[in-house]
Amino acid sequence: MADLRTPLHSWHVAHKARMVAFGGWDMPVQYTGIIEEHKAVRGGGGLFDIGHMARLSFTGPDALGFLESAFTNSVASMQVGQVRYGLILNDRGGILDDILVYRFRDHFEAVVNAGNREKILDWLKEHLGELDCNIVDHTFETAMIAIQGPQSVALVDGLFADDVSKLKYYFATHTTWSGHAVTVSRTGYTGEDGFEIVIPNALGVPLWEALIAKGAVPCGLGSRDTLRLEAAMPLYGHELSEQIDPIQAKLEWAVKMDKGDFHGRAALRNRLPALPERVGLLLEGKRAAREGSMLFAEGSAVGIVTSGSYVPHLQQSIAMGYLPKNFSPVGTELLVDLRGTKVTATVVALPFYTRPKT
Amino acid sequence: MTNPTDLKYAQSHEWVKLTGEIATIGVTKFAVEQLTEPTFLELAKLGKSVKAADEIGVIESVKSTSSIYSPIPGDVIEVNQAALDNLALVNDDPFGAGWLLKMKVNPDVLLDHLLDAAQYDAQIAGH
Repeated sequence: MADLRTPLHSWHVAHKARMVAFGGWDMPVQYTGIIEEHKAVRGGGGLFDIGHMARLSFTGPDALGFLESAFTNSVASMQVGQVRYGLILNDRGGILDDILVYRFRDHFEAVVNAGNREKILDWLKEHLGELDCNIVDHTFETAMIAIQGPQSVALVDGLFADDVSKLKYYFATHTTWSGHAVTVSRTGYTGEDGFEIVIPNALGVPLWEALIAKGAVPCGLGSRDTLRLEAAMPLYGHELSEQIDPIQAKLEWAVKMDKGDFHGRAALRNRLPALPERVGLLLEGKRAAREGSMLFAEGSAVGIVTSGSYVPHLQQSIAMGYLPKNFSPVGTELLVDLRGTKVTATVVALPFYTRPKT
Repeated sequence: MTNPTDLKYAQSHEWVKLTGEIATIGVTKFAVEQLTEPTFLELAKLGKSVKAADEIGVIESVKSTSSIYSPIPGDVIEVNQAALDNLALVNDDPFGAGWLLKMKVNPDVLLDHLLDAAQYDAQIAGH
């Protein structure tokens, strides 16, 4: 299962990371501890190996048109250097993946979830038809490293040939590190400021160690999960699936219904109203709800938890899940079944955590 | 691995130390490492009579929730309040100050179904 390895794999093993299978890859879940690593990101700067994320390029005269037909967000309105979040939908409007699209001067790139890489590549090639667009998977040629936290700007200061601190949020640029071409974007999956860097394989470990030398703390996927949960960012396979549409997932902002046709749009037009929708939950006490925990109201099971944990920064037991509209308003009290013990859970506004304005 | 040789182990990662009619029970260092740092611990009530493999507690981390099972039958006579108050004890010293509870057991209680340290080492090898 987990036989894929990023260029940083041997570094993780040499530094006693606990390794786990994730999306077909053998990845670090923690180095010293999830709680400590989570706090390092909220309070300073954390470093993540995200080389498992799939990196695709789209070139050719029809690249823009093809992406516009596949992606729910607008591509044509993107500026050069801009990055946009959106979805790829199936014919029923269900979510095949949530991805980032990058627009560069003469081509586009996309970052796709690790576990969906093959599915999305197959889907893209199947739907390409006669269009003149060349899709290439660069995942195995490059390392991808995220630096996340309020100290991110200081941690990358002077590293690259260009001043990446000038990048606006959700913009990317090509620059160089030690004379080698890299792509740097102001993006992330933790709720903090930060950068994501794509660099040739051989330079993955040297850049990683250069960032550690400047004070960045290596962090595993365990803290990446608790950080994204506090920031209420959905995770494919938990909040998102082929059975859930973007309106249920509260991602309407990433779906441009009037931009022209795209895959899944007709299904969203004709969808049934009043499907269950994604909510945030705050539990009483310190026990955590987990994926699959059932939510009860008026004595009946009315919903299900998709992610939950006692989270290190907020120090609360929080969860995300799906509830029908009559139980989804903020303030609604429910009971969540934690392996036979019923605990009070209250619907709260998302996100749970927003970074302080600087 | 550093599993003490004076303890017996359950496949479900609890340890037991028998001193006369008193059994001290905890979870292994391997279990704590797999779980990652505990965020919540609940233990059986004083006086509870349990059979082998009955649930005697729940331990949670940011990642997962796990039941703690009694390796042997007995009556709960003491819970480690210090560990309940400070989960770091369980994380940092699961074979010592992070013990979980004590049970009064029948003097001829059988431990044959439990593993010795070498057998438990073998069970967790490769993880």
